[in-house]
Amino acid sequence: MTQAPPSQTTYPVIRNIGLDGMLVTFSDQLGEPSNRAALAFHAALAGALGDGVGETSTSLASAFVRFDPLRLPHADLHARLAEILQRRDWTLAPLPPGRTLWRVPCVYGTDLAPQLAEAADAAGLSEAAAIDTLGQTRVRVLAIGFAPGQPYLGPLGAEWNLPRLTALQQVPSGALVQAISQFVLFTAPAPTGWRHVGQTAFRCFRRHADVPIPLTPGDEMVFEPVSRADFIRIRDADDTGAGGAISEVIAS
Amino acid sequence: MSGLVVHRIGPVATLQDKGRPGYLKQGLSCGGGADRQALAEGAALLGQDAGLAALEMAGTGGEFEATGDLRIALTGAPMVASIDGAGVAWNASHLLQTGQRLSIGAAKAGVYGYLHLGGGIEAEVFLGARSTHLLAGIGGMVQAGDRLMCGKGAGGPAGLVLDVADRFRGGTVRVVPSVQTELFARDVLDRFVATGFKRGPRANRMGVEMLSDGAGFTAAGQLNILSEMIVPGDIQMTGDGLPFVLLPECQTTGGYPRIATVIPCDLPIVAQAPAGAPIRFEFVTLEKALAAERTYETALKGLRGACRPLIRDVADIGDLLSYQLVSGAISAHWDDHRNEHLDKDEVS
Repeated sequence: MTQAPPSQTTYPVIRNIGLDGMLVTFSDQLGEPSNRAALAFHAALAGALGDGVGETSTSLASAFVRFDPLRLPHADLHARLAEILQRRDWTLAPLPPGRTLWRVPCVYGTDLAPQLAEAADAAGLSEAAAIDTLGQTRVRVLAIGFAPGQPYLGPLGAEWNLPRLTALQQVPSGALVQAISQFVLFTAPAPTGWRHVGQTAFRCFRRHADVPIPLTPGDEMVFEPVSRADFIRIRDADDTGAGGAISEVIAS
Repeated sequence: MSGLVVHRIGPVATLQDKGRPGYLKQGLSCGGGADRQALAEGAALLGQDAGLAALEMAGTGGEFEATGDLRIALTGAPMVASIDGAGVAWNASHLLQTGQRLSIGAAKAGVYGYLHLGGGIEAEVFLGARSTHLLAGIGGMVQAGDRLMCGKGAGGPAGLVLDVADRFRGGTVRVVPSVQTELFARDVLDRFVATGFKRGPRANRMGVEMLSDGAGFTAAGQLNILSEMIVPGDIQMTGDGLPFVLLPECQTTGGYPRIATVIPCDLPIVAQAPAGAPIRFEFVTLEKALAAERTYETALKGLRGACRPLIRDVADIGDLLSYQLVSGAISAHWDDHRNEHLDKDEVS
């Protein structure tokens, strides 16, 4: 069982992950079409798999199914997934309906997000131009992972394809950090090699709220620039974790 | 309501149940007891649902005082345990009367010992579970001064014991290939299965480090792998190819390559391996892995039937004259069914 044939994987591909997981992967690279394919395919799984399925999820370019292999044989699940896969070219599929757009007040730069200037410089922009582009870009929740509710957001323009830093620094909860044409919005304080460009009062995991994890993959976010003073006012007045965010359903 | 006051407690003691399945897509791993088998064993000994919460104690237990009459069961890593100074059996259920002191010491083998209460331990249900998830900041460590209260339906049998195979000293665990197994060269995979690992010092509810002599186990292009779903049991190669076996409280996605996945029924062996314990990994076919799971599931279903009366050998009972016999242990609010058990079990 230790044979490892050289990998010439063609995508999409259905593979086992562990004994009780199956993964449908659309690419081994991050890209908008493969992420959209994963989200659209995942949406098509709802109600289509029957008994023996525990839960489904997505990562950046894959859809995941956890199942009970003693109730639902691997071959049966594989066949069902293959049938759904063949229905269409999922990289051309529209995003699923029922997604939410979140407009989140964000202070860029200042002492609250001290690496904006450095990031703008690396992107070849002035600070003002950097705030303009970052603050207007509508990014998608590509995946949620690492910590509860913590989104990977993108894509940002090519000028933001900046490498991670080798030196890690601590950022607070609600920090908007940037690297490799993506944002991450941190759930909890953590060390990171991504640049801390913005600060929000948005809490990705709200332990005592009716909806503890507000974000879902496929949602979209805009981090709208506010002044440092406005941000402080919003943060200090907020007891919900929303951080002044306004949400609306995206019309499909 | 009966319960326990915690007078002293080890450094990592948390409430655990089967965890919170269903939130993977929102970044929350299932979590739950590190040794699911121990949770099932405790439930069988107390004749109750295996989804109730128990106290998981890493390495060492604590000192508890009963605030009312209650039933307890002790499972998982065997620890030295006594009630009012008299030693009591592990993998067994016992009665505790108001004011009695339960003392649980260090693990004799294994890592995670479990203290179950009749009716389960009461706690707020959050997203369908009572378990603490340290990584997510749900719940926290149990502290001295805390009270562990019995949930509803606290009555039932006690004085039962289970024969449990030793899973507390490491051993060979079965693995299946996973999506990234093919990124590892043949000779690296061969060396991986030929290597005798030792459980390293870094271990918690998220994962367990495996040490070996010689080079690490690295994959082709391992720094450029797209973050992908993680499942408990995944053997993740960090940094220079140092394996970590991931447990139920692991992160939901990750970019380090995974060489294989430990099958669910063997994961308690990894979780319970104490530092320095030997571990080997053996690839098995899907068919063999499923057969092992089926056998395991059947065994779990049979746990209740496998419980037998706890009979202490008189030769082992140094304190026979002070031994608490059943006549003093009946309290009105327990149901008759339990009393039947008691009469039969402890007096026989």
